[in-house]
Amino acid sequence: MSARTFLAAVVLAWGALGDVASAQIKLGAAEALTGNAAQYGLPIRKGFELAMGEINAAGGINGRKLELIIEDEQGKKEEAINVFKKLIFQDKVLMLFGPTLSNSAQASDPVAQGAKVVVFGTSNTADGITSIGNYVFRNSVTEADILPVTLKVALQKTGLKKVAVLYGNDDAFTKSGYDNFKRALEGLKIPVTTTETFAKGDVDFKPQLTKIKASNPDAIVLSALVAEGAPVMVQARQLGIHLPFIGGNGMNSPKIFELAKDSSDNLWVGSPWSVENPAPENKKFIAAYQKAHNALPDQFAAQAYDAMHIVAQALKNVKLSGKLDGDRKALRDALPGVQFSGATGPFKFRQVTDKAGKPAGYDAVQTAIVSVTKGNQYVIQK
Amino acid sequence: MLAQQLVNALSLGGVYALFALGFTLIFGVLDVINLAHGAIFMLGAYAALQAVLLLKLPLPAAIVVAILVAALAGLLLDRFIFAPLRARNAPHLAPMIATIGLAISINSAVQGIFGAENLRFPVDALPAEAFQMGTIRVTLIELQIIFLSILLMVALLWGLKRTRVGVALRAIAESPKAAALLGIDVEKLFGVTAVIASILGGVAGVLIALYSNALFPTMGQPMLHKGIAVVILGGMGDIRGAMLGGLFLGFAEVFAVAYIGSTMRDAVAFGLLFAILLLRPQGLFGQAAQRRA
Repeated sequence: MSARTFLAAVVLAWGALGDVASAQIKLGAAEALTGNAAQYGLPIRKGFELAMGEINAAGGINGRKLELIIEDEQGKKEEAINVFKKLIFQDKVLMLFGPTLSNSAQASDPVAQGAKVVVFGTSNTADGITSIGNYVFRNSVTEADILPVTLKVALQKTGLKKVAVLYGNDDAFTKSGYDNFKRALEGLKIPVTTTETFAKGDVDFKPQLTKIKASNPDAIVLSALVAEGAPVMVQARQLGIHLPFIGGNGMNSPKIFELAKDSSDNLWVGSPWSVENPAPENKKFIAAYQKAHNALPDQFAAQAYDAMHIVAQALKNVKLSGKLDGDRKALRDALPGVQFSGATGPFKFRQVTDKAGKPAGYDAVQTAIVSVTKGNQYVIQK
Repeated sequence: MLAQQLVNALSLGGVYALFALGFTLIFGVLDVINLAHGAIFMLGAYAALQAVLLLKLPLPAAIVVAILVAALAGLLLDRFIFAPLRARNAPHLAPMIATIGLAISINSAVQGIFGAENLRFPVDALPAEAFQMGTIRVTLIELQIIFLSILLMVALLWGLKRTRVGVALRAIAESPKAAALLGIDVEKLFGVTAVIASILGGVAGVLIALYSNALFPTMGQPMLHKGIAVVILGGMGDIRGAMLGGLFLGFAEVFAVAYIGSTMRDAVAFGLLFAILLLRPQGLFGQAAQRRA
């Protein structure tokens, strides 16, 4: 036996030993921890860690503790693919959460599907993500389900007749939000006075807003992430536009009260989660989060927190054999049956079909809570 | 709507011009394409924000802090990057590549310290007044931005024309060797140029942060692209060209949104730049094979 093969044998034996000895269940997460999307990725990480702490403190999964390996995908497609490969092939995680943006999920989820590993998005709300394949799950409610409800409630309460639309056209999430708004507006027969766009990283929205103002709408439909959405609202108020804004998922973050302080009133958003929702599971989550981080959680933390509990629920019904491929498949088969009530309310999965009409991944079934901002907080609309 | 868009274009164009001035000054005098100018722009904005948040300074004093930080950045930039490369007679690409590295380092450092997420100036730090004139609505902040950018541009033009330093700088832009023979301390003036240029960039950063209410570590990146375009449009190294080019880009962007469509914003603005360069390859004020400061 040459020195090299001996070394290889030792390494192999060590690896096998490690597998047997490891009492922990290894999960992976690929989230944007730096870059512009970090404002979503960081609360997501906190949500995972909070839930994992609770699960482990309560004895873990059938006596085994959860371990989470979190990698930074920087909110970029290429990085998401790299990090997915690392988690799946190198760290050999049982399943993985992420990535943060729908844009990245479109690129990286096929990697997980190909390797037959569950990928669980907690913040991807764009169309078509779960139609990638039957290993793709998400508990983030799609905008296709939420936006029509938001629009309908805003319509009833404000009596708006025509709207202007403003959206980010270079991002899968905000573009898909726009498509869904457009469909919902057509469904409700609300005329659009003008449709304007912006790009990620833009800081000046006054030309678009000036044009919108001149088109004289009753409200502005905004498909944006809070990074652009907040300055949009501030600049609108500066231009003397005091119309209601109707936003998508990206605008449902208490960050808006920081970034658009005193200009944030009259923003309508729909989401399965609201900081004001008095359900006991939500109250428990908010209290635990505040204790840990001394700040209010947002929707992204709430969905990550619930996602970890959903996976834990599924894992309780899976007999892990220690053989990675079999365990990965067993988890996939157990997940669709999970029913759970957490910070975002009662939850279950619904299977979707891919483009060819064949059964594919799983979307969330949840009811939307519509809120409007007033005095730097959300007020739930019944 | 037209009048309102004019106000929008003037404030935006003023900031572009200010940024481009610093960029073109370094090119004209030092003969370097400073790709760290966007990072210094961002640094100025963050410095002013920290002055408001930590030192509780009023806005004008915070701008002074931004000027000091940007000036220091410019000084270090020349002392530790440009000067050693000059001394070694490094090829043109060397300082350019070095500034790319510097920009990435500054961006990462700021992101590490202050986080990646968007920040903004606290509401009570900004003057909230707005004036309604017919259909136009102008905020005090916009007026101050327009005023300050014009003031700085005029000061720079006057300084270059009337002061000894200005005359010396123009001599260096013409030929550093000849200037040295005339007894001008060329090395020192290179440093002065980097400082002035960085101050212009830093102030532009504060102004855009005030205008748009958003600061983030990569905010200098799109600005840098626009700055390069403006400088090429104006004629490399030409001061008046940079000013007019900046204003032109502001107007082109705003009116592209107003009359063609927001999807076309950058396409129209940069398409126009391209078209002008086809007609005048040397830029608006550039003279073929000759640089001016």
